[in-house]
Amino acid sequence: MQITDETIKYVGILAKLELSDEEKEQAKKDMSNMLQYVGKLNELDTEGVEPMSHTFSVHNVFREDVVTNGDERDNMLKNAPEQKEGAYKVPKTFE
Amino acid sequence: MSKVYETVIGLEVHVELATKTKIFCGCSTAFGGAPNTHTCPVCTGMPGSLPVLNKEVVNKAIAVGLATNCTITRNCKFDRKNYFYPDNPQNYQISQLYYPICRDGKVEIEVDGKKKYIGIHEIHMEEDAGKLIHDAYTDSSLVDFNRSGVPLIEIVSEPDMRSADEVLAYLDKLRTTIQYLGASDCKLNEGSMRADVNLSIREVGAEEYGTRTEMKNLNSFKAIARAIENERERQIDLLEAGKEVVQETRRWDDTKEYSYAMRSKEDAQDYRYFPDPDLVPIVISDEWLEEIRSKQPEFREEKKARYQEEYGLPEYDADILTGTKKLADIFEETIALNANPKKVSNWLMVETMRLLKEKEMEPEDITFSAANLAKLIQLTDDQAINSTVAKEVFEKIFAEDIDPAQYVEEKGLKTVNDEGALRATIEQVIADNPQSVADYRNGKEKAIGFLVGQTMKAMKGKANPGMVNQILKELL
Repeated sequence: MQITDETIKYVGILAKLELSDEEKEQAKKDMSNMLQYVGKLNELDTEGVEPMSHTFSVHNVFREDVVTNGDERDNMLKNAPEQKEGAYKVPKTFE
Repeated sequence: MSKVYETVIGLEVHVELATKTKIFCGCSTAFGGAPNTHTCPVCTGMPGSLPVLNKEVVNKAIAVGLATNCTITRNCKFDRKNYFYPDNPQNYQISQLYYPICRDGKVEIEVDGKKKYIGIHEIHMEEDAGKLIHDAYTDSSLVDFNRSGVPLIEIVSEPDMRSADEVLAYLDKLRTTIQYLGASDCKLNEGSMRADVNLSIREVGAEEYGTRTEMKNLNSFKAIARAIENERERQIDLLEAGKEVVQETRRWDDTKEYSYAMRSKEDAQDYRYFPDPDLVPIVISDEWLEEIRSKQPEFREEKKARYQEEYGLPEYDADILTGTKKLADIFEETIALNANPKKVSNWLMVETMRLLKEKEMEPEDITFSAANLAKLIQLTDDQAINSTVAKEVFEKIFAEDIDPAQYVEEKGLKTVNDEGALRATIEQVIADNPQSVADYRNGKEKAIGFLVGQTMKAMKGKANPGMVNQILKELL
């Protein structure tokens, strides 16, 4: 399957990426290759086979409803490029 | 001839589940902590962190599903909904698209004596987002992730409602059901219950639905009713003017009683849902389902019928008392302490309701204990205090949950039942008010009321009114 220029542009918008012309060409090639690779699966007859989301047959992994985490704010905020009054400071955003 | 229109409404209701911890990590869900004090690598979306599902979230979601007559999806899983917004640190929300935990339910509502079923399309589990605070000083936004990862269920109805009254009845039904389950406190004003209204208009008799809009930011039952009326009129005006309704999301401003478009279908997002690879599927066994089914509480309708039958309460009273879990709980707890059900009902229906209204509080905000209400009723039964004093004491109980026995003792509010003391006071009152005495003796029955009042005043309101009347009549 070939990836079109429109698809690359759309995927770029969704991922909030600005790509140069060369990068777009490269991404087109890479994505086409990837799709071709998994496209192999289309050759199989999957009629009546339940789709699965995991390759291991593990299910029902749970936690009990018990508070285990304390106040780690100072450590957490070390990841913030900017902070103010215990909060992450980001460019003005509103909806 | 002008056309007759019908309003078609469907609701998306988000409910914050009352678990101790978040849906995928061991952080507290406690409300009102200082910003980011309830956060960890999981709920702030740090690379390499791994979410693990809180079992209690599944229990509560199933309980709500069973209570709303849904089919429980025995094999369900989580999906990622991708979007960029600063309150969403992972750049995706973990939700359920393909296999929501509950489907095809219905609840019964009653409006103006007419019963009707509202279909529930599905209920899915998901995580809440963080909170953005605008910082005017630096003209930036500050992000608090304490709410990020708090468990939510989203209850999606079928487009089965036709009026604001039906919407309010449906919301009230959901709210009481979920409160009775203890699955959430469902406070619209605090955001633990949020409703988005999908509304369209069509001519009566039309088969096809009209183009719908979605209304957000509705923080009270009153705002919902106003927004529905307003949007209904806006859409009819458009159609009457030969224009088209545009499919869009609108935001309600309740102070201006006006809504404005936030985003239209053209810039609708492509969420690129896909199964979350970090979370394994949930398989719900017969035993698990049965365990939850066996723990379902007595719901409002059953309780209401029982109150009428067992305690002989009028339907209206039983309806109010079961209208919120809080009131029903206080009622039952007080009765369990041997108080007379009708007297308990009376204190809740009259004085409690009056004070709630006066202080603009909801029944959920009640802080007094059943124990102190029971003690107050005991004091009146024993005629240790009269009804005027009892009301005064109840206000203190309502406000500060004081112990009425101790309070009455300390303040010296006990009714004076001592005949000698009453007689002495009354003799003095008679001596001081010859005019009223003469009026009474001349046939003006009403004059005795003044003399009773004077006696009560002299006794600082603590006299036994029955005895005052009796002694007065005797002396006159």
